[in-house]
Amino acid sequence: MTTAAAPAGERTAKAKPATMAQALGRALRDSMAEDPTVHVLGEDVGTLGGVFRITDGLAKEFGEDRCTDTPLAEAGILGTAVGMAMYGLRPVVEMQFDAFAYPAFEQLISHVAKMRNRTAGAMPLPITVRVPYGGGIGGVEHHSDSSEAYYIATPGLHVVTPATVEDAYGLLRASIASDDPVVFLEPKRLYWSKADWSPEAPVAVEPIGRAVVRRPGRSATLITYGPSLPVCMEAAEAAVEEGWDLEVVDLRSLVPFDDETVAASVRRTGRAVVVHESSGFGGPGGEIAARVTERCFHHLEAPVLRVSGFDIPYPPPMQERHHLPGVDRVLDAVARLQWEAES
Amino acid sequence: MTVQELPGAAAYRPTPPPAWKPLTDPAPLLPDPEPYRVLGTDAVADVDPELLLRLYTELVRGRRYNAQATALTKQGRLAVYPSSTGQEACEIAAALVLEERDWLFPSYRDTLAAVARGLDPVEALTLLRGDRHTGYDPREHRIAPLCTPLATQLPHAVGLAHAARLKGDDVVALAMVGDGGTSEGDFHEALNFAAVWRAPVVFLVQNNGFAISVPLAKQTAAPSLAHKAVGYGMPGRLVDGNDAAAVHQVLGEAVARARSGGGPTLVEAVTYRMDAHTNADDATRYRVDSEVEAWRAHDPIRLLERELTGRGLLGDDGIEEARVAAERMAAALRERMNADPVLDPMDLFAHVYVEQTTQLREQAARLRVELEAEQGRHGHNDLEEGR
Ligand SMILES: Cc1ncc(C[n+]2csc(CCOP(=O)(O)OP(=O)(O)O)c2C)c(N)n1
Repeated sequence: MTTAAAPAGERTAKAKPATMAQALGRALRDSMAEDPTVHVLGEDVGTLGGVFRITDGLAKEFGEDRCTDTPLAEAGILGTAVGMAMYGLRPVVEMQFDAFAYPAFEQLISHVAKMRNRTAGAMPLPITVRVPYGGGIGGVEHHSDSSEAYYIATPGLHVVTPATVEDAYGLLRASIASDDPVVFLEPKRLYWSKADWSPEAPVAVEPIGRAVVRRPGRSATLITYGPSLPVCMEAAEAAVEEGWDLEVVDLRSLVPFDDETVAASVRRTGRAVVVHESSGFGGPGGEIAARVTERCFHHLEAPVLRVSGFDIPYPPPMQERHHLPGVDRVLDAVARLQWEAES
Repeated sequence: MTVQELPGAAAYRPTPPPAWKPLTDPAPLLPDPEPYRVLGTDAVADVDPELLLRLYTELVRGRRYNAQATALTKQGRLAVYPSSTGQEACEIAAALVLEERDWLFPSYRDTLAAVARGLDPVEALTLLRGDRHTGYDPREHRIAPLCTPLATQLPHAVGLAHAARLKGDDVVALAMVGDGGTSEGDFHEALNFAAVWRAPVVFLVQNNGFAISVPLAKQTAAPSLAHKAVGYGMPGRLVDGNDAAAVHQVLGEAVARARSGGGPTLVEAVTYRMDAHTNADDATRYRVDSEVEAWRAHDPIRLLERELTGRGLLGDDGIEEARVAAERMAAALRERMNADPVLDPMDLFAHVYVEQTTQLREQAARLRVELEAEQGRHGHNDLEEGR
């Protein structure tokens, strides 16, 4: 109905270095313009445009029925989204911050993730749950959690997390178009990262579930995603001086997990480090390391190592730099991959 | 200590800013102090006798269904059955008050409402039988899957009703919940969303006295569960849940109100669970026989039967006819439930995602190998027999 509200001329005028936040907003807008069943709902998503301004302008452009300020209740937001999806809409839910999505877990786990299964395929729920996640923005308590381990432990959900401006757009479009529910984790410290991204140029909207090699290399693979990608890219550049040619794999999607791309890389390099921000024990890195080991055991020159946040509640902002895996910690792990040479 | 008693309190007394006023006058939202009744009162004269007879037949059938399903648990044909005996009036009225395009959101106890709405009696038992989770297509019947986590289906009903209204369809959602379920956060969130959005939803609380073993007095300190509506800005209605005509009328009014854009209603039907929580529960641990007996005198079928026979609308023939029809249904149910369902273990992987992930494909392949090995073992004897 409001397709005309996204004139190409305006887009061209705005084509310049774009932030991830802008790309996400554009993805929402384009999805809404293309498909009248796409509805955005959440806390402060209307007039304010969301606390991160991702939904800026949507209520104005599409009306409050399409971009709705809900009462302040996460279970209610996701629970009503379930009903909306049951009636044929495609709700895109915004959770304000990672740790405030927890009240909605019951709805997510007991209903969103299971509806297709419990109705033997009769009732898929095409819901996208956008969750800004992770630290590094100086947020106080409950504003910096990396909650991906909870989501990936729940069968029936796709769990996606972009690390680049292009992927933020492409993966969000694909998530909204998916007939399966998607938890779309937005690395909030990359919201303001920029890229020369012109929305009017063709943007790849790939099926979710494909990892990508961001930097080819020969001596070891860094397996990472979301907020840790820039850290790994920097580490890879720094490692060159020390004679390491690191390959960097950006998973982009934790579920489905792209075993092929990851295993192919590790078989080439023979060494791997998994890098993420969330805590290590019971974190995604353990699963990834196990999968890599199972598939690549005979190609491995060293154990698959993990670099993660500490196993502590997310620390206060003045301390978070100690918790977040930075370039040095990644390089230390890379150094430990000398395993065979040393023993 | 009140505000006035504080030293210098007058200075701190907040003056409401000019725009402040209550959003809603609470008086019309308040439930009557006594549950509304129709049977045995003058109000019954306005009820269509056809409707009363229909309710009666369905109640008798429903009670027989509960008894048959409970018997099936003893035979191991059902994993569990939460009987709604004593609550049939609520179940049946909920189903009959809805138009075909409307939606029902039942809890795990509301099999009967689903059957009365027209769902196949066997399909309605799929969850409780344990062969799969939901035995029907919710969209086809406009019945959401029977919901086990308490009150979580209530926001779904709100969302669906809201979506229907956005699409311009005059569809109403009726969501059922128990007295215990009203303590859950989802109950609160659903009612609040419904009221703010003026969603065409009717919430039916079946207050059957207990949440498993916990009596209402330990569940809430509210004057009644219907009173909770006022705080959300929707009307609360209190009705005798054993009076089928009254429940039908009150729900009917609430549905009509919702359909015409008047927003949601919370209906509390005061009833009693005659059987234990489920076949696995021992109700003697938490309630006394005298209480159960008192409610037996207020049985929904007896109430209706007395009304109908008293007015000459139902005779022995009619009673017998209803009984025979119920018996026929029970026999058919028994027979169909005695057949073992044919299950395909590969279905376990079929409906997790649109497309199976690599992990699921690997796991499915592993299960297939296990199944083939199992068949191989069964085939082993054949080999020994010289084939
Ligand atoms: C969230 C949740 N907590 C606990 C249970 C376990 N449980 C099943 S039924 C029940 C009592 C429910 O009582 P009520 O809401 O009054 O409904 P009734 O059984 O009386 O129909 C409980 C505690 C559950 N199903 N869901």
